[in-house]
Formats: sequence, structure tokens, C-alpha cells
Amino acid sequence: MATLTYRDALNQALREEMQRDPNVFLMGEEVGVYQGAYKVSRGLLEEFGPKRIVDTPIAELGFAGIGVGAAMGGLRPVIEFMTWNFAILAMDQIVNSAAKMLYMSGGQIPLPIVFRGPNGAALQLSSQHSQAWESWVSHIPGLKVVAPATPADAKGLLKSAIRDNNPVIVLEGEMLYNIKGEVPDGEHIVPIGRADIKREGSDVTLVCHSKTLSVALKAAEQLAEQNVSAEVLDLRSLRPLDEAAILESVKKTNRAVVVEEGWPHAGIGAQVVDLIQRDAFDDLDAPVQRVTQADVPMPYNKLLERAAKASPEKVAAAARRVLYLE
Amino acid sequence: MATKVHMEALSPTMEEGRLVKWTKHEGDAVKSGETLAEVETDKAVMELVARADGQLLKVMVPEGTTVPVGNVVAWIGKPGEKVDGAGSQTAGAGSQESGAGAAKPAPVPAPKPAAAPAAAPAPARTAQAPATVAAQPDATRVKASPLARRIAKDAGVDLKLVQGSGPGGRVIKRDVEAGAGQVKAVAPAPGSRLPTPSGAPYEDVPLSQIRKTIAKRLVASIGPIPHFFLTTEIDMERAAEAREALNKQLGEEGGKISFNDIIIKAVALALVQHRACNAWFQEDHIRYWNEVHIGMAVAIEDGLITPVIRNADLKSLRQIGAEARELAGRARNRRLKPEEYTGATFSVSNLGMFDIDQFTAVINPPESGIVAIGSVVPKPVADGDRLVVRRRLRVTMSCDHRVIDGATGAAYLKTLKQMLENPLAMLL
Repeated sequence: MATLTYRDALNQALREEMQRDPNVFLMGEEVGVYQGAYKVSRGLLEEFGPKRIVDTPIAELGFAGIGVGAAMGGLRPVIEFMTWNFAILAMDQIVNSAAKMLYMSGGQIPLPIVFRGPNGAALQLSSQHSQAWESWVSHIPGLKVVAPATPADAKGLLKSAIRDNNPVIVLEGEMLYNIKGEVPDGEHIVPIGRADIKREGSDVTLVCHSKTLSVALKAAEQLAEQNVSAEVLDLRSLRPLDEAAILESVKKTNRAVVVEEGWPHAGIGAQVVDLIQRDAFDDLDAPVQRVTQADVPMPYNKLLERAAKASPEKVAAAARRVLYLE
Repeated sequence: MATKVHMEALSPTMEEGRLVKWTKHEGDAVKSGETLAEVETDKAVMELVARADGQLLKVMVPEGTTVPVGNVVAWIGKPGEKVDGAGSQTAGAGSQESGAGAAKPAPVPAPKPAAAPAAAPAPARTAQAPATVAAQPDATRVKASPLARRIAKDAGVDLKLVQGSGPGGRVIKRDVEAGAGQVKAVAPAPGSRLPTPSGAPYEDVPLSQIRKTIAKRLVASIGPIPHFFLTTEIDMERAAEAREALNKQLGEEGGKISFNDIIIKAVALALVQHRACNAWFQEDHIRYWNEVHIGMAVAIEDGLITPVIRNADLKSLRQIGAEARELAGRARNRRLKPEEYTGATFSVSNLGMFDIDQFTAVINPPESGIVAIGSVVPKPVADGDRLVVRRRLRVTMSCDHRVIDGATGAAYLKTLKQMLENPLAMLL
């Protein structure tokens, strides 16, 4: 087992899948000569050449549309957005073309395409560049959405996404690219739609994904000091949701706190809470709590930004509330 | 700009404080760090000190008033500086106690809601306050978590009788688990061990407001433990017969059954039916024991000690007898280990062998009760319109009034009397 950064785990996944299938190609801004704004495509232009590592103009809607057309023609494009903040320009191609093609063609035209890039806030990039879009994309029937939090999950989920015959959104994170973790050697696949317990516990379930995994794990550490045993459940896939894993954990702990990077209104957590209240009603000892970004555009000011984000302290406090400890 | 003086949390658990005395008065010059007032917390009388220099411009809270932590109690500023009427929450939230400040109206103008958030640095308060909300015995709808409802249904517990400790009195899992025992304690099923789904050896019940008041007033009346005493006379004729028969059967095997053994067994079994008497008074809660451990006062040279017969309700008379003799022997030789003389939930003191007719025993804290056993003596008693001689025993129960009320103690004593007068009842 090798220790890799998240960025290198993604790079491995791309390289392995491009070696495995000549129909796979990568397209986006600065992916070739510059080797990626976050160096995810390092070395790929050299290995696969400009036909398969395609630099584009700053035209998200355009190259997303080229990707959709290529997928309709039988290729397996990977479209990199420099950030998901720019991907909203391409939303028409993602939502109206990619997500609906199989349905509207009566099942004749599958659309194997991956849209990937960093999502959510980094540090002090202000309101327009610090947005978590998972509830937007997860809202759309016809899309699959994954949000890996660790290098191993990043590699395994990107490989699954590339092999999937449907459009898959891969949400990465600028603050995740540098984290290190062990990645299994050889063929490592993480199936889409499978959550993962990152820490076992018995008193409360902390549901999280992507960057909020580290928030939840730190909260669990704090809670352990107060003799509270928190279970940390990493969703990994947001659509489809691993409903069985969520329900199984809540049935064990009787309490849940759902953490996410996005805003509260109509967020991913709302979907998780809906599932829990419906299918684990008789197992609940307290209303489920959510911890989200504050319901405001992300402030630029460092302290305000910190205050707006989900934090281990906020998660631990919410856990104490569902445990009736405060 | 004038500075607010807040009621501060002067102990880690303090939620409100009573302003006992202002040591500075309006118009006095104050320096940061100087004592402004004496405040009674949940633990002690503490000093509230100034956090700013200037003049004490306005006192918002009269002496004797209790206000939540975070409320504004005064203003410090430059002489002549105007202060607004902030701190108005003291008018509503503060409760005046009788005494010095009672006659003074709270010097507070119309409410000004805008000021409230500034004076509320303790959000935990709102979350904790409902914990003391009493159960809603007559509410048609009981607030309970879905899980609590399911557990209650499975355990056959009536949620209406369970006191909720969640927000707004919501009954939650831990309440039902504890409540299954508690409810039955109110109306005990004769002779049955209380079911304790949690399997816990005891259950802590927070002190209700009335319990707190009873505790405070009675302690003020007679020392730290407010004792009261209940005496009853018990006919021991049938217990004596049973004892003679049992000892005859035991014959030469040894280990004869004594009156003391029978009494300990009866005391323990009666406690099973009256859990309200099998309890410890703790600082802020009462610990109701689900197990019965009987302390047995033993006189030793220059003192006494109470070795403990654990789970006495579950032991046979022979076991109790053997254990009592063994413990008493080692007690006299001072060979008891600490765990052998601590942890009793209730005690028995027997001076029958000293020919004492009746006496009162002093409670061994944190237990809430002790029964004092006199001699079994033949006495003339009326049997209908005949005068007969029967062996009689006078028993006096000392009760901690903070835990046990008169009727509660009397009900226990009645059960004990019935058991001793008809020892077969112990088999039920």
C-alpha cells in the first residue's frame, strides 16, 4: 500500500483508465501544457499526447458540450473544471444534455462522461469562488454524484466514474489535493453508492462527506474526551445515497448530526434527514441536527469565513444537543 | 459609553444568582476589580466585582432578587452619563424572595427587547432549563421521542407517568429506562422485584423544586439531616414460632436463626416494595437504589460500625445469619475492609439485647432511613375483648425528610409490620 496525496491518487486513476481504454480522454482549461491548475494531470500530456489531453479556451459551456457530443459518439470524456464555481456556466450542458440524453433517446444513447473539479470553499476566495454545489447537481435525475474525502476513495471513485455508462459528477476539493493517505496498490475500485464508516461509535452518528469528513473526525475526537462515542459515516456518494448504511448506523446510535459544506436550505443534509425521519422514525431519540455553512455568501474576511464554515466545535455541540447533554 | 455589569457565572454550574447585598451604591466611585455586590450562587456567597472604572451609575436589581446569569444588574460609567433601561429582563426573569428587597419595586422601565441578546452569553441556559420541567401528569399528549415511545410500549410503561428530562419535558430513552422502575415504585406490586430494564444498580432522579425546598427548609430547622421518627409495635408471636420451628429443624447443624436475621430479611424485602425509602440523598439529586444493601450497626469498643449485608432481599435467612455473625465478629476485631462497611442503602440498629424497649437511631448519611429495633418482650395486649400475653417488638424508623415524607415512611413501616407479623408474607 502506497501513501499518496489526493491529487496523485486522482492522477493515478486517470492514467490507469487512459491506459486501459483508448476511448478515455481528458479535456479542460490548462490540463495539458500547464499540467492542470492543481497538477492533477501532471505528466499526462507527455504520456498520452494532445489528442487525448486537450487544452481548451475559457469556455465552460463550449467544452462541456464538446464532451457531451464526444460521449454520444462513443468516447469516454473526462471534463475538468478548474473549479465548480466555473462549472455553473456549463450547467445547461450538464443538466439538459448529459443528464437527459439516455432518457430522451428512449435508452438508445448512453452518455459515459465525467465532470470533475474542486468544489466548495478553500481559503479566502470570497463569495463567488467558495461555493459547494453538491445539492445543485444531486438534485438532477440522470446524474450520479460522488464526493471522495480520502486519497483512496478519490482514486477508487474516479475509476468507477470513468467506467460508468452514465454522467458522473466528481466533486474534489482544493483543500483536499494535498492530503495524504494510503491507497491500495493495483486495481482499486470504490463502487458508486456505497458509504463508509470512517470511525465506529455507538452514541451518535455524524454523517459527512468530502471536506467535512475531517471536521467530523475532529468532532468525534472532542466528543470522545467527554465519553461520547461518535460514529463517523462518510457518504462518499451523494447520488445514489447509501440509504441502508445511514439507516443501519442511526438504528444503532439513535441519534444523528448531518454535516455538509453547503448552505442549509435544500441541502444534502435535508435529504439525509428526510430519509432518517421516514425510515428510522421509531429509532430516533432526538430530532436530527444539521451543521452547514452559514446561510450567507461566503465572507472574504478570514475570521468571518471561519465562523461561517462548519467546524468540529459546531459538530460536537450539535452532537451534545442530540444527546441531551446541553 | 457606560458599561453593563452582568450577573456572572461565579461557579461552574451556576445558572442564576441571588443578589444578597450591594456593597457599592449608586453614585459610588468604583474601580475595576472592586467588589460591587455579594451574590449567592448555587454553592456559596461570592463577590461580584467591577470590570470597569467609573461611577456606579445605576443598580438594576434590588437586594434579595434572583436573576439568571448574563442579565444586566448594574451600569458603570462616567458621572452624569445616561444609561438606557437595558437589563429589563431582570423584571420578568428575576424572582423576588421575601426579605430585604421584597418591598422595593424593580427599578426597571419598559422592556427593551433589543438589549436582551447582548446580555445572554450563556446559550446553554435555555437548553438546560427545561430539564427541571416536571412531568405532565394530566397532559393529554405526552411529548416523547419516537424511540422512547417504542421502548415504553415494549416495556408496558405508561408514558404519562414518566418524567421527561428532554427539552420541554420531552420523555427520552433514558427516562423510560429509568421510569420503568420509578413508575412501579409509586404503586408497588406486592412482593415483586422492580424491573430495571437498564440493569443499572440505581437510578439518579434530579431534585424537583419542591424536593429542593423541602430539603432546604427542613435542614434549616434541625441540622444537616432533618430526621423524623415513626414508631410502631409489632406482634412477634408468629415470627417467634417460625423461628423456633426453623431452629428445631436446623437442629445440631448450627447456625441458628436469630430475630435479628428475620428482621434484616424483612427490612430488606419491605424496601423492595418501597423503593422510595431505599435511597441516598445527594447534593442535587436523589439516588433510588434498585439493589438493597442493609447496613447493620455493630457496637465495637469505643464506637460503632455498620457492616453491610449486600442484596439482603435476595439472601436466605441462613445466609443472612451466617454473614451477620461473621461480619459482626470481624467488626469487633476491627478486621473489616472498607468495602464491607460502605455502600449500604438502608440500615438497621438493634439494641434489643440490651433490654431497650424503644429508641431512635441516627441516620447514616447518605442513606435516608434506619430502623431502630428494641427488645422482643412479652406484654399484655387486648385480643378482641380478652387480655392475652404476646411477644411484642417496638420498631422506630428514622427518616430523612428530604427524601422520605411521613406517609411514605409510614407505608414502609406498615409493610415491615405485616411481614414480621405474618412471616409467610415474606415468601410472597
